[in-house]
Amino acid sequence: MKTCLIVDDSRVIRKVARQILETLRFTCEEAEDGKQALEACLRKMPTVVLLDWNMPVMDGMQFLKALRASSGGRAPKVVFCTTENDMKHIQEAMANGADEYIMKPFDMDIIQSKFSQLGLL
Amino acid sequence: MKQEDYDLFATLLKQRSGLVLGRDKVYLLESRLTPVIRKHGLKSLEELAQSIRSKRDEPLLRDVTDAMTTNESFFFRDSKPFDQFKDVLLPELLRTRAPKKYFRIWSAAASSGQEAYSLAMICAENAAQLEGWRVDIVGTDLSSEIVERARQGLYSQFEVQRGLPISYLMKYFSQVNNDRWQINDSIRRMVTFKEGNLLMDFGPVGVFDIIYCRNVLIYFDQPTKTRVLDALSRVIAPDGVLFLGGAETVLGLSDKFKPLEGQRGMYVLKDRPNSGMLPAKEKEAPRASAATTTSPFVVNAASQQAVR
Repeated sequence: MKTCLIVDDSRVIRKVARQILETLRFTCEEAEDGKQALEACLRKMPTVVLLDWNMPVMDGMQFLKALRASSGGRAPKVVFCTTENDMKHIQEAMANGADEYIMKPFDMDIIQSKFSQLGLL
Repeated sequence: MKQEDYDLFATLLKQRSGLVLGRDKVYLLESRLTPVIRKHGLKSLEELAQSIRSKRDEPLLRDVTDAMTTNESFFFRDSKPFDQFKDVLLPELLRTRAPKKYFRIWSAAASSGQEAYSLAMICAENAAQLEGWRVDIVGTDLSSEIVERARQGLYSQFEVQRGLPISYLMKYFSQVNNDRWQINDSIRRMVTFKEGNLLMDFGPVGVFDIIYCRNVLIYFDQPTKTRVLDALSRVIAPDGVLFLGGAETVLGLSDKFKPLEGQRGMYVLKDRPNSGMLPAKEKEAPRASAATTTSPFVVNAASQQAVR
């Protein structure tokens, strides 16, 4: 069973992402910030994390670094999904161990094409 | 068209692709969805709407969306034809075109250029092997407007995320402004875009080693398909390869091309030489090996024999 952890402080975005991912047959879990997400990952590593960047408490980049440093934390694919859409942010994300990068707004086609490139579909 | 049918299509397209179907674009439904209606054994737009309403059949919904959004082409669309280029054809081109260090690819119906640029990026990824080679990629489309767009290589944020891996965006694109990305000169230099109509005389286009003509024939009637395939056969190298779309075929339409066994979507000339790219294997050999590796029935039969 493929699982996706959706990390975003917007309930609306989480809901839209969940609808798309459930259509793609992922079992979804949600987190509102990086801290919640990290706790969820330490309980059980998901197949993939869909990760917002700007969030309260712990942001996406802090989460990514903590995840990759934790035991078993290199396993999940991490796909950023953020309004940050400049090359500097993209490069920073990829240099810190992200696997793909989505610039909001997104739709089903974008998620599907990125996930299939990562061999997740 | 009935209001409720229009609403159905508009909502469906909005949901699945973000495409906004203005009332003034209703004529597009008719022209774009005719191949879909035919493919699914339906007779009219009303019947199609009825079928969508009652079944919500995923392949049908997908076909409808695809047909309505073909101008919004994807990079590496369908991925397989590009994997085949990289894994199957590029090694063969390197082997057979070594004397001239030169090959040519045609992206027919190039739309805004994504297919041609995708091929150019694959070549760039294999730059070490192609050192000293000349690669010509030609893209043609009916519409002068879209040809101009393709030439500029400017894409919206949406477009650069459809099919394009982020690593390629980082390597081969520059951000022009908040929402626009432009493909780099190194890639643009490999591709030439021209206006061209597949139904007209191609003119002095030269000979192509590979032709991509995907999702074009579906819009034509049978005699026109045959005419276009005949015309393509005259500008393809004797050992060249033609790519058609997933829903297209040459069977019953062309006495020039035949499917290439074991390579979905790839077609070769019927009277091709046996010395060029992808030489035909001995008659029975490929079929036998394919059977033992891919058919569960044959494998089962074999293992049953082993048990006995």
